Amino acid sequence: MTNTAVAMTAEALQAKRHARLVRVAGRMLLYVTVITLSFAFALPLLWMFVTALKDDPDVFRLPPVWIPRPIRWQNFAEALTIIPFGMHLLNTLKIAVPVVIGTVLSCSLVAYGFARIDFPGRTFLFFVCLATMMLPFQVRMIPLYIRFSVMGWLNSYRPLIVPAFFGGAYPIFLLRQFFMTIPQELSDAARIDGCSELMIFWRIVLPLAKPSLAVVGLFTFMGSWDNYLGPLIYLNDAKLYPLSVALRGFQSEFWEEHLWQYMMAASATTIAPVIVIFYVAQRTLVEGITVTGIKG
Amino acid sequence: MKRWSRQTTRSAINGYAFISPWLVGLALFTIYPIIASLYYSFTRYDIVREPRWIGLENYVTLATQDLIFRRVMGNTIYLVAVGVPAGIVVAYLLALLLNNEMKLRPMFRTIFFLPALVPAVAAAEVWRWVLNAQWGLINAWVKARGWPVIPFLSSEGWAKNTLILIHCWAQGQAMMVFLASLQDVPRSLYDAAEVDGANRLQRFWYVTVPMTTPAMLFLVITHLIGMFQYFTMGWLLTSGGPNFSTEFFSIYLYRNAFEYFKMGYASALSWVLFLIIMLFTVVTFRSSERWVYYGGS
Repeated sequence: MTNTAVAMTAEALQAKRHARLVRVAGRMLLYVTVITLSFAFALPLLWMFVTALKDDPDVFRLPPVWIPRPIRWQNFAEALTIIPFGMHLLNTLKIAVPVVIGTVLSCSLVAYGFARIDFPGRTFLFFVCLATMMLPFQVRMIPLYIRFSVMGWLNSYRPLIVPAFFGGAYPIFLLRQFFMTIPQELSDAARIDGCSELMIFWRIVLPLAKPSLAVVGLFTFMGSWDNYLGPLIYLNDAKLYPLSVALRGFQSEFWEEHLWQYMMAASATTIAPVIVIFYVAQRTLVEGITVTGIKG
Repeated sequence: MKRWSRQTTRSAINGYAFISPWLVGLALFTIYPIIASLYYSFTRYDIVREPRWIGLENYVTLATQDLIFRRVMGNTIYLVAVGVPAGIVVAYLLALLLNNEMKLRPMFRTIFFLPALVPAVAAAEVWRWVLNAQWGLINAWVKARGWPVIPFLSSEGWAKNTLILIHCWAQGQAMMVFLASLQDVPRSLYDAAEVDGANRLQRFWYVTVPMTTPAMLFLVITHLIGMFQYFTMGWLLTSGGPNFSTEFFSIYLYRNAFEYFKMGYASALSWVLFLIIMLFTVVTFRSSERWVYYGGS
């Protein structure tokens, strides 16, 4: 009797130990996988950063050098002065800032209309708005190019900026989703007090929607920072190129002379603002991605 | 039928006033270009001379004579058929991994998400360097082992797959969507499945997968649309080469429009692309009734 009891507890103990072992092994496996994969994913960017700090001979040393000696921070300063980096950066901002203002302004107005006013035809028009997301830019690209060319807008920032003031399907959709969550009672109360829709929009809904406006602003900024095809088509003069198009051109300067460290320094500098934005606004951005992603 | 009242009139005026920027934009930057490109697709037009009506000739050439276009279609279908599932599977696996409780999870999440943030132009330069045949990180490692150098971007066999690999690297956004969807799966479902004796694999297959199908549908559609329009990374890294092996639809379209100035032919291409994308989107939506599960409803 006592013997079987002892045997049973021993068995139970062993089973418990076994279960713990499995759990520990599972945790280990999880951590090993995550750490290995994050190295694999981070590798190109790490390598970029390391290369950007290397002295010339280190760049081409095999096996690859991971800790540059000496560390040349001046690569950044040199790379950014050999090419007119500042000018292209300024060009990027000259496009991105008006585009952000135009997009936030026009899309919040339109999204307010779709989210908060029950007008006839609303459902249909909102469906049309969503449907335009399906339309490839390529279909619109050629006639727009021809039209802008006739209007003499080529080789200026107008083709890139002006359309932003007329809404865009994705930010409208995103803002509408946010505006829908603001309690209707707030608007109703304001209406009874004699507020016009524009005042409700400006005084009540917009202040409450600041985080979502930030999401749209940041996404638009990053999109504009990244935009390649647009400037490539509309701009011919290299002096007008934003960073996205100019960076490719640096190649002829750097790549052919095997100045990879400069190329990587310029690339790292192009990436930096986007990473800073993400770091500062991580939570807001992730929310923006998931709201439109899932509820769509 | 709602009764038309003064109230309705007022909200109609207000509603249309608020959406008017978009309505004007729709007319100027969407409807007009669509109609115009349809018209151009029936013409021969090099910008310098007036467009000349040639009926269906562009479409006929495209379907019967243009040998490069055949190559382009093959490349694009390969890119979509391999790249879309590959990207979504990678995003899903990363999300599953990050859905586990672990230390430093925000850091790992940031690392996997970061590549999606990197501007395409910068990413292209970084990859060009990493994949470099002589001094690139990967080939240095390969050579150290005495293996033959991998011609990532310079061989017909590799180029497409290399671009797909880079696409899989930048799946942070899709990963976030899956992660949010995974975190929305109610705990109670797992508990119930466990009581019923389902093992981990069964719980994954019968609970996790169905509950995340709405996110999958969204991502399949956006990725299909995106991949058919694939341009920037390909243009920057291989520009269609070697020997047209990465000449994808949008790259060929761009070339026709802005290198050959065949605006009519390029417009016909753009309409074919549009119709293909529409077809795939509609078919995916139709099929979704069978495989997408909306919990609750």
